[in-house]
Amino acid sequence: MNAGAEAKYEGNGGRIYSIETNRLNFWYGDFQALIDISISIPDGLITGLIGPSGCGKSTLLRCFNRVNERYGNVTTTGEIKIMGKNIYDSDVSLPELRKAVGMVFQRPNPLPISVYENIIFGARIHSQFGAFSKSETDGIVEQALKEVSLWEDLKDKLKSKATTLQLEQQQKLCIARLLPLKPQVILMDEPCSALDTKATHAIEELMSTLASRYTILIVTHNMAQARRISKECFFMLLGEMVEHGRTEDLFLSPQDPRTADYIEGRYG
Amino acid sequence: METGTKKPIDPKQQGRIYELTHSPGQFAESVIEWIIRICGISAIVFVFGIFFFVFREGAAFLFGGLDLVQFLTSTEWYPSSVSNQRYGVLALIVGTISVTILAMVIAVPFGLGAAIFVSEFCGPKLKEVFKVVIELLAAIPSVVWGFIGLQVMNPLIIKYLDAPIGLSVLNGGCILALMSVPIIVSIGEDALKAVPDSYREAAEALGASHWQVVYRVLLPAAKNGLLAAVLLGTGRAIGETMAVLMATGHSVNIPTSLLDSVRTLTATIAAELGEAPVGSDHYQVLFIIGILLFTITFIVNLTADLVIKGISTENDL
Repeated sequence: MNAGAEAKYEGNGGRIYSIETNRLNFWYGDFQALIDISISIPDGLITGLIGPSGCGKSTLLRCFNRVNERYGNVTTTGEIKIMGKNIYDSDVSLPELRKAVGMVFQRPNPLPISVYENIIFGARIHSQFGAFSKSETDGIVEQALKEVSLWEDLKDKLKSKATTLQLEQQQKLCIARLLPLKPQVILMDEPCSALDTKATHAIEELMSTLASRYTILIVTHNMAQARRISKECFFMLLGEMVEHGRTEDLFLSPQDPRTADYIEGRYG
Repeated sequence: METGTKKPIDPKQQGRIYELTHSPGQFAESVIEWIIRICGISAIVFVFGIFFFVFREGAAFLFGGLDLVQFLTSTEWYPSSVSNQRYGVLALIVGTISVTILAMVIAVPFGLGAAIFVSEFCGPKLKEVFKVVIELLAAIPSVVWGFIGLQVMNPLIIKYLDAPIGLSVLNGGCILALMSVPIIVSIGEDALKAVPDSYREAAEALGASHWQVVYRVLLPAAKNGLLAAVLLGTGRAIGETMAVLMATGHSVNIPTSLLDSVRTLTATIAAELGEAPVGSDHYQVLFIIGILLFTITFIVNLTADLVIKGISTENDL
């Protein structure tokens, strides 16, 4: 399934890492939002990124497909390697990077076009005009919707406007539209914070089924959610990476007192 | 303060005033509400009022004497002939339509292109400059545009297109296009600006280039607003009088080329109403032309509404 599987990069100790950062610093104007972040995110797992509001976890996530550059007036130093390639090298193409590193946002943001066109959008913008026949696009749409288990619900509604769906379906659609691009990494920025508990459960189940084929990095406010779904977890505070480890270890026996205080809810 | 004896607390003494009755402010509130209501209703009253008075001036001849078929299909416009007045407005209708179509052919691509540029491609400083310049363009009085048509465009057309006269469909269409562009740009830009940024972000995060974001996301999302911009520009072109009166040559003629002179419905009213004796057939026919213009703009607006409604219901299915 994974198109880039043969290109996987072996990091230290034989583990495979999808994303590695090296002394990453990031500024919005004069404000330093990330300070010396050096982390490695394992391939093919769900990794959680937790921390209080304003700690820089969303900023870090948005660095990985460089989508935060659209605000202008930002400065980045250091390296981010995705599958071994520094994404700040001058020969990196942003469209190709964003094809390999997909993103799911806090509020579901399907485009104001039909369900069908939403799914095929990525494939269309990354290929020549008329590259796909109707039967090919039909196949792509069906497969993507089946992967997120929306096909049964939406197969008769492919022509309806995506923004009229229920929020849960919209968020699943936002995940589904990444899949035809065969991404290496899927970044999720608090993907369930606009959803109710039932929809949250559905999205979490979907993440688990996708986890073996894609590296998923999820930013979440909800510590219980991080505990439920992530295998590894990173804790950030005020732009710094405080601690990381296996999720169980981080929650049961945090090494840093700041982590322990946050997990026990002394601040947040 | 309080001792053993229970005194009722005087709220006013404590700085608290709980009076559960209408305060004087309530009255002012309802007066303001009524004023606002009257402002809203007045728009409807004015439209019907104008229609009523225009209709009243022309009604007698419209229902008694005017041959409607001849009025709409004849090109013979001789309202002040001594022996045989003929009132055929077909040439005037064709004149209005031809100038308007040419104006839109020029103004729509330029106007929408400029709206996209101002909204999506230029930097904040340049954007401010553009907006001021475009507003300035919208503020130029129509007689000045007519003057430009007469004194600038006219010699240019004669010189470079080798035409005997430069006051033509081409001249009037260009002038009208320049007058419609500011409307299309400012309303089109508003429509694009109203598209939520999350759509742009979503498309960019999928790897769309700037131009792909514009034509795959923004144009579909803003199409109703852009259509409204185009139709308001069209309305401006149909209704414009002074500039076309000066730039089109004002001769009753069905044009066969862009270099032919024409006359429009609006220009005819403006030029002849002052000379037609009040209450005469000629005078009444000019008001009937007013009714005709009313009908045309009404049809344009109604079509716009239906098209926009059609688009939105199709999407909501």
